[in-house]
Formats: sequence, C-alpha cells, structure tokens
Amino acid sequence: MANDTILLAHGSGGTLMRRLIDEVFVAGFSDTGSPALDDAASLDVPSGRIALSTDTYVVSPLFFPGGDIGRLAVCGTVNDVATSGATPRYMSVGFVLEEGLRVDDLRIILASMRDAAAEAGVRIVTGDTKVVERGHGDGVYVNTTGVGMLAPGVSLSSTRCRPGDVVVLSGTLGDHGITVVSTREGLEFSTDLRSDAAPLNALTAAVLEAAPDVRCFRDPTRGGLASALNEIADASNVSITVDESSVPLHPQVVGACEMLGYDIYQVANEGKMIAVVPAKQAEAALAAMRSAPYGQDAAIIGEVRDERPGTVYVQTPFGAARIMDMLVGEQLPRIC
Amino acid sequence: MDLSGFRDPEVARRLIDAIHQTVTRPMTLMEVCGTHTVAIAKNGLRDLLPQSLRLLSGPGCPVCVTSNADIDTAVEFARQPGVIVATFGDMMKVPGSRSSLSREKADGRDVRVVYSPLDALALAERESGAHVVFIGVGFETTVPLIAAAIKRAAESGLENFSVFSAHKTVPAALGALVNDPQVAVEGLILPGHVSAIIGLEPYRFLAEEYSVPSVITGFEPVDVLQGVWMLATQLAEGRAEVEIAYTRGVPEDGNPTARALVDEVFEPSDAEWRGIGVIPSTGLAIRDSFAHFDAMKRVPVHPEPPKEIPGCQCGEVLRGVVLPYECRLYARACTPEHPVGPCMVSSEGSCAAYYRYTDHGKR
Repeated sequence: MANDTILLAHGSGGTLMRRLIDEVFVAGFSDTGSPALDDAASLDVPSGRIALSTDTYVVSPLFFPGGDIGRLAVCGTVNDVATSGATPRYMSVGFVLEEGLRVDDLRIILASMRDAAAEAGVRIVTGDTKVVERGHGDGVYVNTTGVGMLAPGVSLSSTRCRPGDVVVLSGTLGDHGITVVSTREGLEFSTDLRSDAAPLNALTAAVLEAAPDVRCFRDPTRGGLASALNEIADASNVSITVDESSVPLHPQVVGACEMLGYDIYQVANEGKMIAVVPAKQAEAALAAMRSAPYGQDAAIIGEVRDERPGTVYVQTPFGAARIMDMLVGEQLPRIC
Repeated sequence: MDLSGFRDPEVARRLIDAIHQTVTRPMTLMEVCGTHTVAIAKNGLRDLLPQSLRLLSGPGCPVCVTSNADIDTAVEFARQPGVIVATFGDMMKVPGSRSSLSREKADGRDVRVVYSPLDALALAERESGAHVVFIGVGFETTVPLIAAAIKRAAESGLENFSVFSAHKTVPAALGALVNDPQVAVEGLILPGHVSAIIGLEPYRFLAEEYSVPSVITGFEPVDVLQGVWMLATQLAEGRAEVEIAYTRGVPEDGNPTARALVDEVFEPSDAEWRGIGVIPSTGLAIRDSFAHFDAMKRVPVHPEPPKEIPGCQCGEVLRGVVLPYECRLYARACTPEHPVGPCMVSSEGSCAAYYRYTDHGKR
C-alpha cells in the first residue's frame, strides 16, 4: 500500500480495512506489544487505583518542527495521566482519517506514536479507525485514552495548594504554540524553533520521589501557563504570584508573541509541567526536574499566597504587579 | 537587534526616579497608540509613576477607531455570494451594529484571517473562482504593505482581489483631540511605528499651534519611560516641542519610499472615527487609477444605517475623556468574553489591556 491514499472503503469493515489494519497499524505499532485484534484488550493490572484520561487531538498542520499529531496524541495523554502522579501503562488510540490522506503520512504518524509510547513506557493495546469523506476532516484526528497506575498514598489535587507553596516550571514557555502557528501560516520567525511535545512521566515520577508532598502537577497545554495557574488558584482558593524575570523563555518565542500580539503566558505547551510543592521541598523538586528528561531549564517561578484568592499576579522586573488573565476565546493575530 | 537594554530594570529604575523628581505638579499625558497602552499595562508601569501623573489612552488602536458603519460594510461584504473576506485577526470579533465577522463566519460565510495583505493576494490566486475582499484597517504603518499588494495585483493582472479601505492617518486626528475642550491632555506620547513611516514633520503643528509637547516613543519599557520623562521635562521647563525618544526606529524624515508608495495608490479622504466623528483628510481612498481594486466599486454593498451600541463609552475612552474602568459597562456588561465595544475586543484596545492586566472593577 506504499503509494496509496486512504479511501472511504478503508473504513468500511471489508478487506481494504483489514489490510490497512494489518499492514499499517499493526505493523506500525509492532514494538509496543502487538495488540491482539479482538474487540477489547485484556490487561493485567495490580490492585489499587488507576488513573484514566482521554483527549482528542486536532492540529493543523499535521507535521511541524519537533513533532507531529502522532507524537502530540501520545505525549498529551501520557502527560495528563502523569499529572495525577500515576505511572502511565496502557493506551488506546482512535483515528478519524480523511479520504485522500496519504498512507505514507499515516505511517509517519504511527511511527511517531510508537516511538513516543516506547519512550514513555506505554503499551498501545487497542484501537479504532474511521474514514470520513474528503473535506470532512483535517487529514487525521486522533483520540487517545491512557491508563496509569497510582501508587498507594499518592493523591494529588489542584485543591491542595496552600499559601507559602512554591510553583516550579519545567522549562521554556510557548514553544509549541508558536511553532505550530508559524508553520501553519508560513511565518518564519526562526529556524530553530521546535515544538516541545514530549512525554513527561519520568519527570513527574522524579519530582514525586524527591518531593513526596507535591500538591499537584499541571501541564500547561491549551490556554498556557495562565489557564493552568488560574485554575489552580481557583481550585485551592489562593492567589499565585509569578516572578516574571524567573520564567524561562526563548527570545524567539518572546519576539514572535510580540509581533502577533499574543500573551506568552496564554500560548500552548505540549512538553512542560508545573509542580506546586511545599516550600521546604522546592529545591529538591527543582533539582529532580532539572536532572529529569526535558527538565533541564526548570525554574522556580512563583509562590502561592493568601491575598485576593483566585487571582494570579505577575511581578514585573520593574517592581510592579499585574494580573495574569486567562485566554478568552481564540488567539487571533493582531494587525501587523 | 538586541533589545535587552530597553528592558533593563536598573535603567528603568533610574528613569522612574527621574520622572518622580520632574513631576512636581499634576500632569496629564496621553499614550496615543494601543501598543503603548499594552506595554504600560503589561509592565505595570502605571503603578510605578507618580500619582499626580495621569496617563490616558488615546485613539491609536486601529480596530477600535473603526466606525460601526465600516464594520457593517465589512460584514456586508462577507454576506455577498462568491466573496471571501480576508482580514487581520483583530477585526474578527469586533461587534458592528448587528453582527461581527466572526459571527458571519460561524453562520457559514467565508471569512479568513490573514497575517498580511500579501497573504490575501495569495489567497485570491488560489481561489480563482471567488472574489477576495481584504478589509484594510490600520494606520500609516500598515498602509504601505497594502499599497504594495494593490500594485502587485495590478501588475499581475489579478482580477479577483480588492481592498475595502478603512485606513486612517494619525496626525490630524491628534489635532482634533487636542482641540477638543473635553480632552485635557498636556502632552502626547506619539506612536513609534507610525512615526517610522511619516517622520517628525507632520506632528510639528501640535507643538507650534497647540503648544502640546509631543515625544515619539518606542515600545519597550525603557522606551516608554524615556518618552514620559522627556514629556515631563518639557512640561516642567515650559517647552512645547516634538522630540524623538525612539531614535533607533524613527529617522526624522520617516520612510519616504513607503510614503511614495502609499501616495501612488491612495489619496486623502474624510474618515469617520469612532467617538470622534468625521475628521477631514484622515482617511485614505483608493485612487481612480487603481479603482479596479477598490472593493466599494467592485462589490457594491448597501449596509443598513449603523446603530450605536447602547451604553458603550468606547468613544469617550478613545478620546481619553474617561478611563476604561470609568465606563459604566466595564467589567460588568462588557468583558473580553462578552465584549460590547471594540476597545474590549482588540488586543490593542485600552479596555482589553486594563481588563487583562489590572484588577480594576473586577471584584
């Protein structure tokens, strides 16, 4: 099927669909544990609690520097499971393919998913495919559902943050959002800008071990740091103050945001983690993040306070404070 | 260019100290440009300046000063069969009298966000079966690129592209403002980007006829503070001059090449500014020699008469008569989620900047 494109018949349940599953999907995922072709996967799980998370991925373009929709779909769900403190173990994948998609492109996406899953130590155990008519989809939509195991006693929640706690961020902000928009729109801000899409379960595990009283993790995806911190501030009924000069940023991303009129704190990330930890474990959490994969630029960026609960403040380098507000509606470029 | 020096907290601190020493009486300045409003709010500069120094936001957000009639016209273009409307993102959500471009898009009209008028040209080339109307909104900074797009369309014989010119030019509008008895502005922080095109000369009358000190100012925090300090110094010394604080971006004579390009394609016309009214010669109409690319001539539309938005004080905000949070609707009926007026919509709008970065009126 090397030079083929996806046809409606690939979703019809007949021989073409069988070939697609055998030659593309099963072959593509071969390293992740050869899913049996039954309708359901049966899995061995230890006793205790599991964490379950699902997400659906739509992105245009499908391929961008630093990743593609496949890597995004695996990493995003791995990270959602990891924020609970769980160890991600299994994943289901569902595809909506648009008629006319090149099978070679699909193979690349599957290979990315296989690699990301292998890196995260997650097995892809079941899947589904549908095909929609040309014009009814953006090439590929992917849904992934992840299952993770929670160790006894791990109970993280964004309601548990207390005044005096410290906010640790695993690296630079906005790389993914700006990479995708600049690829999509052909804006050439910089040649070395890359999406940060990455599995962060090793990083959360390291932080959890070094700082066992971590209150919560949050991955600042859509809505960026601003949404993540505002949600934490609301849930815990506290305020959060971010020290702007300590937030790790790529200058190219800062420049692109200024040109487009975007607020860098509202731009999406796909490979960053926020941890809120008690002050006495902050240095341990920071050190653990910095030595974990994808955490080398980690920094302590702010602290939890009690005044004006539900509000997030930014302390500017000039000694003034302002609000960090959540994104409203969609991000739209300004008049340039 | 390395701009880190213009964000240096130590340099900023020294300028702030100097401003505190210079401002010994109440002073009211206006930052004309929306980008300045955002820079001031985002860096929290207002809280660092003397209480007796009042900074008002002005009419320098191109989306905000676009009249309801012009937005209604853009909406009407979107409703024409076979027309694709191409627009800068800022314009999408701005409410007109009855609809907005984003609502029209949701209703199935073909409205595309572009990053540059050249993207709109490329769109017209791709979509040869449709007519692409580019919504031309912006000041002197934006217009040269739009003039270039029209010239390129003419040179390549592109048939299915036209521009709805709702552009505006800044200096005469500032004259109208400082002449307005309701507006009590003593000094103007002039827009760096616009001035990079037009230079210093067009502002000279502000100092000479109206005795209003004016300083062309850049957009980094240190730039803004320097502009404020230069204005405060002029006021303290009783001078009224047009000065350039933003020398790295603005040569005295601006950019003559860009101006010549604009002049070839556009001619001055009257323009309606939201909140201010019609100001003679502050619009730009497409010259007859390029009439083929004038959307008003290619795709005639007849929108219903515009309606004003009840309670909306955007007009007064744009003239600096009220501060955003002094508007009756601010943070109550009018929020970024449910904007009533354009100043709450655009990323450069002063109400949006106050709402996003300060806690005025929120609790």
